[in-house]
Amino acid sequence: MSVSTKTETIPELSAEAAPEVETTLRRFLSDFTENKVAVAAFVVFIGIVFIAIFAPLISPQNPFDLAEIDILEGRLPPKSESISGTTFWLGTDDQGRDMLSAIFYGLRTSLGVGAMSGFIALCLGTCIGLTAAYFGGRIDSIVMRLVDLQLSFPAILIALVLLAILGKGVDKIIVALIAVQWAYYARTVRASALVERRKDYIEAAQCLAFSNRRILFRHLMPNVLPPLIVVGTVQVAHAILLESTLSFLGIGLPVTEPSLGLLIANGFEYMLSGKYWISFFPGVALLITVVSINLVGDQLRDVLNPRLRR
Amino acid sequence: MVIVAMSVIVFFGVMVIGNPVDILINPEFDQEEMERAIKALGLDLPMWQQYLLFVKNAFQGDFGKSFVFGEPALKLIIQRVPATLELAFTALILSILIGIPLGLFAGLKPDAPVSKTIMGGSILGFSLPTFWVGIMMMMIFAVMLGVLPATGRGQTVTIMGLKISFLTWDGLKHLLMPAINLALLKISLVIRLTRAGTREVVLQDYVKFARAKGLSNRRVILVHVLKNILIPVVTVIGLELGNLIAFSVVTETVFAWPGMGKLIIDSIQLLDRPIIVAYLIIIVFMFVTINLVVDILYSVLDPRVRLQDVKS
Amino acid sequence: MTGVASALKIQDLKTYFYTKAGIVKAVDGVAFSVNRGQIMGLVGESGCGKSVTGFSILGLVDPPGRVVSGRILFKGEDIVALPEPQMQRLRGYRIAMIFQDPMMTLNPVLRIDTQMIEAIRTHEKVSRKQAWRRSRDTLGRIGIPSAEERLRAYPHQFSGGMRQRVSIAIAMLNKPDLIIADEPTTALDVTIQGQILYEIQKLCRETSTALIWITHDLAVIAGLADHVCVMYAGRIVESGKVGAVIDEPLHPYTKGLIGSVPSQSRRGEQLTQIPGMTPSPLNLPEGCPFRPRCPRTDRACMTAPENTSPLPGRKVSCFHPHVRGAS
Repeated sequence: MSVSTKTETIPELSAEAAPEVETTLRRFLSDFTENKVAVAAFVVFIGIVFIAIFAPLISPQNPFDLAEIDILEGRLPPKSESISGTTFWLGTDDQGRDMLSAIFYGLRTSLGVGAMSGFIALCLGTCIGLTAAYFGGRIDSIVMRLVDLQLSFPAILIALVLLAILGKGVDKIIVALIAVQWAYYARTVRASALVERRKDYIEAAQCLAFSNRRILFRHLMPNVLPPLIVVGTVQVAHAILLESTLSFLGIGLPVTEPSLGLLIANGFEYMLSGKYWISFFPGVALLITVVSINLVGDQLRDVLNPRLRR
Repeated sequence: MVIVAMSVIVFFGVMVIGNPVDILINPEFDQEEMERAIKALGLDLPMWQQYLLFVKNAFQGDFGKSFVFGEPALKLIIQRVPATLELAFTALILSILIGIPLGLFAGLKPDAPVSKTIMGGSILGFSLPTFWVGIMMMMIFAVMLGVLPATGRGQTVTIMGLKISFLTWDGLKHLLMPAINLALLKISLVIRLTRAGTREVVLQDYVKFARAKGLSNRRVILVHVLKNILIPVVTVIGLELGNLIAFSVVTETVFAWPGMGKLIIDSIQLLDRPIIVAYLIIIVFMFVTINLVVDILYSVLDPRVRLQDVKS
Repeated sequence: MTGVASALKIQDLKTYFYTKAGIVKAVDGVAFSVNRGQIMGLVGESGCGKSVTGFSILGLVDPPGRVVSGRILFKGEDIVALPEPQMQRLRGYRIAMIFQDPMMTLNPVLRIDTQMIEAIRTHEKVSRKQAWRRSRDTLGRIGIPSAEERLRAYPHQFSGGMRQRVSIAIAMLNKPDLIIADEPTTALDVTIQGQILYEIQKLCRETSTALIWITHDLAVIAGLADHVCVMYAGRIVESGKVGAVIDEPLHPYTKGLIGSVPSQSRRGEQLTQIPGMTPSPLNLPEGCPFRPRCPRTDRACMTAPENTSPLPGRKVSCFHPHVRGAS
């Protein structure tokens, strides 16, 4: 008897639960797509990610394979023809590398580094923030002091110091970028978590004697996600910019893993002689990437912010 | 407290990571000279003693001599501080003068097409890679149009022992591009901040009450609204000054502006450790000072904070 | 006819808000008049449109709302379509307004004297000293001691009651012909409320200023006003002399309101409660807005009732008013 009633009630519950999730997601999507610009930006961003992932497949030339480049073809303006018959749509740099391909590969590096450091920083910051908010007391004050200390310094300074100590290398850059970003995530997560912590469902979970870890990750975290997503998008954009700035200054990624910043740096010396394309196009690529991320992030923030709900 | 923490971190960081012998001593010395140098620098002493030595020297302003220039690190940096400060302050003032009116306008008339353009422009503003914009500006104004000089600092005038360049026409021309370049990022920030503040303040009852008193729109905006907005805006801007000083590293590199920033970048590449250390200490010191000044400024502007203790 | 005695006469005022969710008819055909030296109470629940009425008179309705139709005759002249510069000359000068929340009405970063002096100097060419003196004197009249020190203070240094007194003083600075007070004592303690009511009443009698007192509290009106207008869902459902309306309410809503207020004369009686809730302004019922909650409703109430005058000096907007002797 009891078995049959159980199976009768469960489908009811799930039938009620399913439409709920759908409408929240649907509402989010409809709110988000209200802003056409943001949608366009999102599409552009997806395109860029696509390029980054498939760079080796779609580039006309592998600019870092020494066999494929010829220094005699260096510094050619856009739309020049190469000996092998392919067109250098965006010109070549001083080593004879096709700018278009270099940009594709550069995007890959820049996005890769930015995304990876952002993701790790997010995980790290979230854990720290959640822990601080949940346990409160001394842990909380120590953590927050640390966060405040770090946030009162500009990112570029912290990165400079770290890189001065650590030296060059892809892993060192990522470490520096993570070190710069985790504090933002930690602070955002902690703020939301503090608000959520006081809410009843957390108390209920505690009454049910769930383990702390379970409460943290399965109950608290999902509700802390929205502001986190917003901060995340902006932070990734910042990380990408920061990395390219550092690379430009010569203390970022090494020459073997060129990012857009390095490409721009390469072209710097040719600016005054009018060969603008070596710096110009990578910069444009960087710009488009960052702007699209920011636009999407802006719209996300407007949509996910309960206070701006009309 | 912060300074102490920083000094500890920096010192141990630099000392522990990377072989101090190689870093500090010119690798071209022969064995005997090396040993003498090691003794002189105290590198054969235990770590904590080295740190104390460092602190003692630091208080006397001795951060060691730069490898590259052979001069005391502190002196080298201090020499270049005015240039950086000049750049940073100009950028700050520019960002305020341009950002606040634009933000105010965008906040008062959020649906006007001009406002939307301003907001769109602001997104562009903080998405732009500063160094790239600097390069582009240089290309357009210096190379193609030939209107402004590409690099370097212009003529300087010495006032109170400090070299100041914006008082000369030539100096101004040199200052213009780097300052605008540096300011670009901040202008967007100021615009967004001002706009958000305006939108919030305009909805307040006291604004409506001011209008109910029959005050002209101009007075309402300029006096009632602006003063309230300024409080949060000024605090942020003040803190941004520190940011500007740090970020001048980039602009100085692009425009070959002879400030601290360029020095530190070169030093990092050349592993000129004393300068790095000295730079960091000074920067930290500047930051602490700026924070203090901003706090004071805040209490001056917001009477609610100021008169907390006076109220009975 | 509007004689010199009439300060304000409103005819068929309609103020609508054009929102994304629909048209909110905040004020839907309001009419009343106030004479010089008279105190009129505008009574109603929250959201019935009484504050919006006050703002409409001064032209301070914020978008997406605007005055759609009607006439507002101030001293005989229609000010509905008055251009903004002339409206600014009236505001704070001949028509003044007192707001509800004393905490937020005064600008927190400006001193009291700044806020008072600007109210004077924006309308009259007086020296700062003279304006300052007038401010000090007005503060004194409204019952604020040691006015000189107070003038140099900031709003947050005052209590709520004091701040409201300052707002009232600001309203009276230029000796306006009409003051609109929007729930000025709602946020204050009862004792302070009593003092302020007394002071305002005295001042208005002395200066023959017309006063419109907007509130949800009938008890306040009973002690303060000469006339009362009862508002519901954007319309005036009843109006007349205070004593008459309270002793003998005509409209079922008014009757319900009075019945729900505890009073000495009905000790031991059960308080009545009006069933239901105020309708959402987006979704007003057809015909008489009170219809869904009225105990006397019938099919006739499906059309909007007109204003009738079943008794001299009284107006009511109902098909079934509680007229003694009528069915």
